[in-house]
Amino acid sequence: MASERIDSPELPDFTILKRLARDQLIYILEQLPGKKDLFIEPDLMSPLDRIANVSILKQHEVDKLYKLEDKPIYSNCDQLCFLIRPRIKHVKFIANLVRSDKASARNRKYKIIFSPQKFYTCDMVLEQEGIFGDVTCDEWSFYLLPLDDDIISMELPEFYRDYFLEGDQRWVGTVAKALHLLNSIFGPVSKTYGIGRCSKMVFDLWRDLLEDDEHDQKDRRSDLGLVFMIDRDVDYVTPMCSQVVYEGLVDDIFRIKCGSVEFGPEVTSCDKSIKVLLNSQDKVFNEIRNEHFSNVFSFLSQKARNLQSQYDKRQGMDIRQMKTFVAQELKGLKQEHRLLSLHIGACESIMKKKTKQDFQELMKTEHSLLEGFEIRESISFIEEHINRQVSPIESLRLLCLLSITEYGLITKDYRSLKTQYLQSYGPEHLLTFSNLKRTGLLTEQAPGETLTAVENKMSKLVTDKAAGKLTDAFSSLAKKSNFRGIGKKLGLIPRVDGEYDLKTPKDMAYIFSGAYIPLSCKLMEQVLQRKGWTGLEEVTRLLNGNEFAEQLCDRNSGSQRTIVAVFLGGCTFSEISALRFLGKEAGYKFIFLTTSITNGARMLESMMETKS
Amino acid sequence: MSRTKGDEEDYWHSSKFKAFAFDDDDDDELSQLKESKRAVNSLRAIVDEDDDGETVNWSGEPVGSISWSIKETASNARASAETRNFAPHKSRTEASSSVFPKPGSSHSLSSLFRGWSQTESRQSLSDALLDTNSKIFAPELRRPRSENQDYSGDWSVEETIRRMQRGKICPLERFRTLKEKLHLLDEAVKLHDGNVITAVLIFLKKTLNSDVLFKELELRQVALRHFIHFLREMSEQQLLMDLLRYLERTEELALCKYREHLNIAGADERRDFLKSKCLSLPFSPEDSAHVQDHYTLLERQIIVEANDKHLEATGQEQMFRKHPRKASLLFMPLVTTLFYACIYHYTEGEGTFSSPTNLRKTFKIPEKLYILTALAARAKLRAWHDVDALFTTKNWLGYTKKRAPVGFHRVVEILHKNNAPVEILQEYVRLVEDTESRISLGTKYKCHDVVIDTYRDLKDRQQLMVYRCKVERSSPEEIKIDNILSNMQIRWKN
Repeated sequence: MASERIDSPELPDFTILKRLARDQLIYILEQLPGKKDLFIEPDLMSPLDRIANVSILKQHEVDKLYKLEDKPIYSNCDQLCFLIRPRIKHVKFIANLVRSDKASARNRKYKIIFSPQKFYTCDMVLEQEGIFGDVTCDEWSFYLLPLDDDIISMELPEFYRDYFLEGDQRWVGTVAKALHLLNSIFGPVSKTYGIGRCSKMVFDLWRDLLEDDEHDQKDRRSDLGLVFMIDRDVDYVTPMCSQVVYEGLVDDIFRIKCGSVEFGPEVTSCDKSIKVLLNSQDKVFNEIRNEHFSNVFSFLSQKARNLQSQYDKRQGMDIRQMKTFVAQELKGLKQEHRLLSLHIGACESIMKKKTKQDFQELMKTEHSLLEGFEIRESISFIEEHINRQVSPIESLRLLCLLSITEYGLITKDYRSLKTQYLQSYGPEHLLTFSNLKRTGLLTEQAPGETLTAVENKMSKLVTDKAAGKLTDAFSSLAKKSNFRGIGKKLGLIPRVDGEYDLKTPKDMAYIFSGAYIPLSCKLMEQVLQRKGWTGLEEVTRLLNGNEFAEQLCDRNSGSQRTIVAVFLGGCTFSEISALRFLGKEAGYKFIFLTTSITNGARMLESMMETKS
Repeated sequence: MSRTKGDEEDYWHSSKFKAFAFDDDDDDELSQLKESKRAVNSLRAIVDEDDDGETVNWSGEPVGSISWSIKETASNARASAETRNFAPHKSRTEASSSVFPKPGSSHSLSSLFRGWSQTESRQSLSDALLDTNSKIFAPELRRPRSENQDYSGDWSVEETIRRMQRGKICPLERFRTLKEKLHLLDEAVKLHDGNVITAVLIFLKKTLNSDVLFKELELRQVALRHFIHFLREMSEQQLLMDLLRYLERTEELALCKYREHLNIAGADERRDFLKSKCLSLPFSPEDSAHVQDHYTLLERQIIVEANDKHLEATGQEQMFRKHPRKASLLFMPLVTTLFYACIYHYTEGEGTFSSPTNLRKTFKIPEKLYILTALAARAKLRAWHDVDALFTTKNWLGYTKKRAPVGFHRVVEILHKNNAPVEILQEYVRLVEDTESRISLGTKYKCHDVVIDTYRDLKDRQQLMVYRCKVERSSPEEIKIDNILSNMQIRWKN
């Protein structure tokens, strides 16, 4: 992979954000002096782990720690503290608890800490439940969690469903405040680009906050240059593709949670699981995270050989040399050894899983869908996937990819695939399909949208690779398709003669084996290159508009090459890898600010209905 | 799969993608990986002497992490309900937290927080941080409470909304005319902050008749979406249904009611709910059929489950003794139910609810799906005779013929997954029409006879000679090849 360009800027140090969050939490805890038990909601446990630990909490008189679950609690403490996301479910749970304490004449102090903010609905519930005033509330403005040198997550996976399915803008203000915080510490940002309705709203609110600011911070050197904001629904294709870059693949298979992953016994080759932090501190991981999976093996074996030879140096050492070896090198080698064996184990496990599920045919189907040929074959592949009850999420992901690349399914296919899906995975998925239709992830073409012009058919014929595909082009799904149009305009499907070189890739397509350049990343590249949206009018029209470019401050105090890429609704590791690649090629430094790290499975799981 | 071999070849040869092989056959990379693993493992002896990595407990959580500690609390609570004191433990910070200053320094910082002045709060905090990083911080820290409770002002609608957006408490009760209320809502929508929009909606819900509210919401789609989501979250089902009915969103209404079944845990109750509350809902015609099927399926499952549970308990039925049921049939998808029926009730006549034929008919299961499922079930029980019967058809002259709607290459694959013996596999590999895939499947599953016969039929002497090296020395296969090769009758093409 290409090495850094010398003119690329340095990344700001985001660890200060962790300290800020921790100090504020401590401050809040001290507002409730004396011994207290702390109940933490499950979704906040990992983020909290990243910034504090038990001894810090204990220093501030937290006695016992509990997970907030839908179960009765047993605590003897006279002060209870709850650390939660602002969700009605949790507030109601706490209200029940307070009321039952009251009923048994138990006198306690209660404090609810909402992170990152409280919603008005929470107050309303407290009031309705009759405990307003019995409980004190606080807001812990923990908006930004740096997961790595260049990744900052808001850890709000529900953002996606709340906004893109329910149309609830409750987090819009939250993101604006997060941007404002980032800007006030590391900024000011000079210019903002964006695309999507939500991005525009966040920007408007953020600008409001900026105008409110009494402090003039414009005279200091900025660590940030530009901001690029994008709504997740501008590019649904990318998260619906199987990830094949190492970090993305690890996320798809083992689920990276808040920057750490739990490797089970099949990876660790002992009987216990190990939690590992995956970030740039892990020297082995740092070198393979952005690589296409097929390059990872050779890298790891090279590394293993090197390690072997370094250990071999011990042979023939005298006592003194041995002493220095032990003092200076051994620890590093051991650490490297531990990491190396973990990643080798992970690779093995990935290989095993992928072989089992016929990965090659799956990839072939995805690539056909992206290129838009042999659609019928892809449909029968998906059908078989469904009939054989292969993972429900995987089948759904393929269905969505089919729908987005083809601009919806024709009625006949939609009904037949839906019926088969319900038969294989359960009738209650009726609700899932309704949700997917509302988000636009899986849609049925309106009857009027069938082929209108002969030239449509003809262009389809011309691009079709095999000339013998006449029947395919006429009989199946060659419909008006935004993705096809955008793909052509932006060159998302690279035409390469011969094999795509994955070892020394030329473009961002390498993250999908050379088959496709992620739309989201290509858009950023184009806008940065053109310094605006000029010349992309046709593309933005196909993407339903809502693009903007706004100057925020006139003086270019910081490097214009540091770009904050803001993903509203989640960002995948594949996109991160692609932009890191672009950064190296073009001398940018990308900082990723996302509502959460996502992938196809997480997005689709959030579309499923469960009992409330 | 209907894809012909030609297409496939075409695709791969023209493709620019590097074949990203996860295949077993192509295990160059895997062996490379294995080798690296061996190398690394051989070093383990040296490394394990005094591994000073982070301490992890049995479940892999770093000791001292919060997730770990919560698990400890939970297990302590279980052990002794009363003496729930923190078990003393060696605290270890996680690798990542080592980048922070030690807790001691944070003490001083937080004491600064405690003592900050009410008006200059931000300034003093920034000052405090200045020496660690020469920048001004403006964190969105909580402002003093007194500032929040500014009830005195007569804020205009615009001001009120803006103040609410800043998290300040503003009484809305002053706004009593419909015009003012709607102005509030429109201002909130204009500001985009969903939190404020919902707050105004809560106020409107409290102070407006629902008919009036619904009428106005219909004209305000953004606000309407917030209101629907709010009602859903608050589980105000009745009002939500009223609203959807008012809006004439019939399908949404039906789905919304149907969704309630997820909250009903008991099978009988759920069935009754589907029957009495859902079947008549205004679904689209296709969804209506799905819900009807849902009901029918559950109804059947309840009958079959009761029956089979009894049979299993009494131990009369051999099938249940030999293959005890792993889980209840209730709430399973149709395909799983069919699979179950093919395992336990395969031979039953169409008259019983539990027979596969009955299921197939009732739910109009397509042939392909039926065959795939039955094949998997019968192969699992190693009932090769049934497998055979699945693919045998008789024509009107009484000749039997083998036919598979899924393609015999799939049949072979499924049989192999169920550990079918070579003799059985061979039979089906032979039925694969395309010679090339027949040879590759035969080679993969070691069905030598099929491969040898295919090469003979292709008159491909060279390949046959190549294959001779792959079979065992002086095995029957080798003898067979030798016989064929020495057969003077065959006119080899090479």
